[in-house]
Amino acid sequence: MRRSALYLAVAGYGFRRYATYRIATAAGVFTNTVFGFILAYVFTALWSERPRLGGYDEAQALTFVWVGQALLASVALFGGGVEGELQERIRSGDVAIDLYRPADLQLWWLASDLGRAGFQLLGRGVVPLGVGALAFELALPADPVVWALFLVSVALALVVSFALRFLVGLSAFWLLDAAGIGAANTVLSTFFSGMLLPLTVFPGLFGEVVRWLPWAGMLQVPADVLLERRVGLGVLSGLLFQLAWALVVLLVGRWAQSVAMRRVVVQGG
Amino acid sequence: MVEGLRAFGLVAWMWIRSSLTYRTSFVISTLANVAITFLDFVAVLLMFSHIETLGGFGLPEMALLYGSASLALGAADLLLGNMERVGTRIRDGSLDVLLVRPVSVFAQVAADRFELRRMGRVLQAVAVLAWALPRVDVDWSFGAVALLVVTLVSGAVIFGAIFTLGAAFQFWAQDATQVLNAFTYGGNTLLRYPPTIFGRELVRGVTFVVPLAFVNWLPVLRLVGQDDPLGLPGWVDFLSPLVACALCGLGALAWRSAVRSYRSTGS
Repeated sequence: MRRSALYLAVAGYGFRRYATYRIATAAGVFTNTVFGFILAYVFTALWSERPRLGGYDEAQALTFVWVGQALLASVALFGGGVEGELQERIRSGDVAIDLYRPADLQLWWLASDLGRAGFQLLGRGVVPLGVGALAFELALPADPVVWALFLVSVALALVVSFALRFLVGLSAFWLLDAAGIGAANTVLSTFFSGMLLPLTVFPGLFGEVVRWLPWAGMLQVPADVLLERRVGLGVLSGLLFQLAWALVVLLVGRWAQSVAMRRVVVQGG
Repeated sequence: MVEGLRAFGLVAWMWIRSSLTYRTSFVISTLANVAITFLDFVAVLLMFSHIETLGGFGLPEMALLYGSASLALGAADLLLGNMERVGTRIRDGSLDVLLVRPVSVFAQVAADRFELRRMGRVLQAVAVLAWALPRVDVDWSFGAVALLVVTLVSGAVIFGAIFTLGAAFQFWAQDATQVLNAFTYGGNTLLRYPPTIFGRELVRGVTFVVPLAFVNWLPVLRLVGQDDPLGLPGWVDFLSPLVACALCGLGALAWRSAVRSYRSTGS
């Protein structure tokens, strides 16, 4: 019981830490909104050339754009958050302090990252989606149950995203300077999450494969839940898909963590 | 000026050597950088697997827009992209170290943590342009080639001036780097699509307020023989170098007054 209180407190600090940077948050909202407008115009042109591309009508495609902007910071679709910090702490040796704590390394960082994500969902998610809804005709659901399911899916997306970025961060134990892996992770998560183009637009076998990768759980699945393209059993299978990837990648992270712990050398002085 | 370039070269070379220390990571990050722009362009290819034209532009014309925007941003990002880090240096007080050295602060800030792997974007942009140039329906006379070359240089200078303005802005708003991203990366995203698909207000904004349209839109429209959606007089298409110079002047003024008004955080 005390354990869960500890992680809850860590999540709370993660939330408050990001809440401190008000100007940065406002700047982020501005950027997400600008990108939203640019992409919305591109998608409008694309969908007027090919109506019902990828199974979406124009309003759904535009909703996809703005949901992507609303989740970008929170789900860290461009990377960021835990991976950079963890790398820096491994490089500087501060990670020794993390290991000294009476808490599990992975769970500690998960709690902290969920706190960060929670703030950014409110701070950088609500406003861009609101602006998008005012400026364009979006296909947002009226049913609160759909919204609740969407939030569950977003929570799972956060865990999948964290699990991947934790792995990227841990790679610093072997590479020391893991900026390269970080950059590679950004590429993969931007392209394979559907951030550049919904995954349903990807053609043929390539599209099939892409929709089964873990990154699909970071944007494509939550967006499809909100757009009611997944209903009933479809929602359930989507959530299970996310849960399965979250567990698999978390377990890989756990294994990598235990291997890293065996080779960590803490320098004194 | 020469002194500043020398300082830039020395600091940049130091960071290149330091990044080569972790060789595996350097190789991976350079490849990742090439892959960023590659997958980015794959998204455009995926779009064109469903459509013939977008806003009156075929795939080769789109590739011309894409390559020219990407090359302009890539070159500016390579040379001045890390200026945004000045906000961090102001917050933690380490800017003071740069101020007491007898070298141009601008050169030091610009070369701060110079990343050679950003060549990845430049290389990819060149590759996309090389694919596009023989395929677009353009009569490559001497004038057309000159216009393209001048455009690419001016475009890089315009983005460079925006990075400088953004860095100067950091002196007032210390953690607002994200705003800069809207103009640089956002601008790059905007400029790789034809202006015809955007709302008139947006096109007006990036022509007259933040003159991104001069990076590639206006000259490329002239090259491929299309009118701009605002119906501007034809000579406007040749103004990119002038706009670049004006923005540089503005950037220099902003940077000077920012450094002059700087007060250290102390400690």
